[in-house]
Amino acid sequence: MEELSPTAFLISSSIKVFAVFSAAMLIVAYMTLLERRVSAFIQDRLGPNRVGPFGLLQPIADGLKNILKEETLPATANRTFFILGPMLSLIPALVTFAVIPFAAPLPTPWGVVDMIVADIPIGILYVLAFASLGVYGIFLGGWASNNKYAFLGAVRSSSQMVSYEVALGLSLIPVLMLAGNVTLTDIVWQQQLMGFWFVFPLSLAFILFVISAFAETNRLPFDLPEAESELVTGYHTEYSSMKFSMFFIAEYSHILMASALMATLFLGGWSIPFWNGANAYYHDGAWIQGFTAAGEPIPAQLAWWKTLLTLLAFAVKTGFFVLVFVWVRWTLPRFRYDQVMHLGWKVMLPTALGYLMLIAATILVLDQLAVEGFLFGFVLTVVSLLCTLGFVFFLDRDRIISGASVPPHRLTPSPVTRAESETLSPEMAARALGEQ
Amino acid sequence: MAATVKVMRRPEPGKTSYLRAALKGMGLTFKHMVNTEKVTLQYPEEQPDLSSRWRGTHRMEVHADGRPKCVACGLCPTVCPANCIRLVGGEDDNGNRYPIVYEIDEFRCIFCGMCQEVCPVEAIHVGVHFENGEYTRDRFVYDLDRLMEQDHAVTHLWDPSDPRSE
Repeated sequence: MEELSPTAFLISSSIKVFAVFSAAMLIVAYMTLLERRVSAFIQDRLGPNRVGPFGLLQPIADGLKNILKEETLPATANRTFFILGPMLSLIPALVTFAVIPFAAPLPTPWGVVDMIVADIPIGILYVLAFASLGVYGIFLGGWASNNKYAFLGAVRSSSQMVSYEVALGLSLIPVLMLAGNVTLTDIVWQQQLMGFWFVFPLSLAFILFVISAFAETNRLPFDLPEAESELVTGYHTEYSSMKFSMFFIAEYSHILMASALMATLFLGGWSIPFWNGANAYYHDGAWIQGFTAAGEPIPAQLAWWKTLLTLLAFAVKTGFFVLVFVWVRWTLPRFRYDQVMHLGWKVMLPTALGYLMLIAATILVLDQLAVEGFLFGFVLTVVSLLCTLGFVFFLDRDRIISGASVPPHRLTPSPVTRAESETLSPEMAARALGEQ
Repeated sequence: MAATVKVMRRPEPGKTSYLRAALKGMGLTFKHMVNTEKVTLQYPEEQPDLSSRWRGTHRMEVHADGRPKCVACGLCPTVCPANCIRLVGGEDDNGNRYPIVYEIDEFRCIFCGMCQEVCPVEAIHVGVHFENGEYTRDRFVYDLDRLMEQDHAVTHLWDPSDPRSE
């Protein structure tokens, strides 16, 4: 199991780039079908089932239709930015897939190929940087359309994304503290080593991350940038044909990316639960499976079928979150704008900060006491569970997302005064005054 | 009658449960998602259940020897509120009246069914039928031959003594 030669590295990387890009585009296309079918099932309908078996060719028909549609360019739009908008929103959404490890390393005759397009040392920071770039596309598109609805959608989108990026970043720090590194390969490895998926020791971080991810991907209940009922379709009101599609592809790749991230950060990535056999990590020039009690590295047993199995595990975890995204969208109504800001700044940010301090303190104490392995994870799980229960209890009692425009002391209607009653009809006035 | 306004009570602060409500909603949607009873009608394969009183495009009844039952009395063009029936009557050597021209413009027709009600010999009927697509507009003027060719079920007229058609 020697290292790849430069030529083999180039070839394997090219194949991986091509495979990941095609897989991402294909999955995104089929996510539109999934969305339509699941929404139909939720509403007791059947959804598109005519094009191909079970409607499986529907995304292709949709894509073909969108390419053939007329491209519109509003007369007053800023031409350059109008065209730049969809591109800027699509490309950052697609390049982030490069740092997601999606399976166990694959042994080949030319050396071991790790199943990640680019295992760059900045890992998650790269994802955050490019995910935030997506807002530029939305904002440019909305602004360049020169349309009030598009502009409002763009403004909402940028404020929402900026607000929730803070909570998103802060909810990630506990994960990075536990993993001790920012590369996603290391985060997966640490979860394999600990035997604990981070969702358990960091449950509150997981909840905050999920909420922020929904906001970052502009999905219901945070789809204010689109908000069909108020803003026509928000930032892409003026777009048609493939430019419109590109915004959609970007949205769905963001969802896929967020799902893959959640699976990697909190559900152990491609590792298979209750089985160490497929674990692999590049440590001191060799692929290892773990450590013995004495701290000796155990060499990893790599096999092509393990790669396939772990790929399947990763797909199942990611698919689960994709389904949750769709499921939530067709259940929950949209937040009001002030509720979104309230939740983002006054709830998520302080919670994430407080939780971060608490987890940091707990890890410090556990390190001082030299607690390791299962007990380490168990203590963190208990601490996080308590935090989560507190957060949920607090969230569940109308203290966080109340009707923010109606403060609690004004919920009882103010008495109608004599002067106001004169503007009412006699019987209404009598009723209003009589109720006092 | 004056409009009644239903005043919804706002939940009292501290007594609502958004999380539980959201989870309940998720449960409800999940139940519907896995529910196999869907309301979708797979149309071309599955046909909708039409009421026997459904009033669709017309049909002319024929005698056993293939002559239309119509006696060209002129009642249906007279009663037609949309004025969509054109009838030119004639008389044969035996003194029987028959329609020389009988045309119904299905675009003008409002499917009220009064032609069927007024017909003394139960010749013209509205039918239990709705698939009337054509590629050109002039195909929607049904002439006598076409009316006689129609083979769909005829409409059951509403009977005051049996208001639910039982």
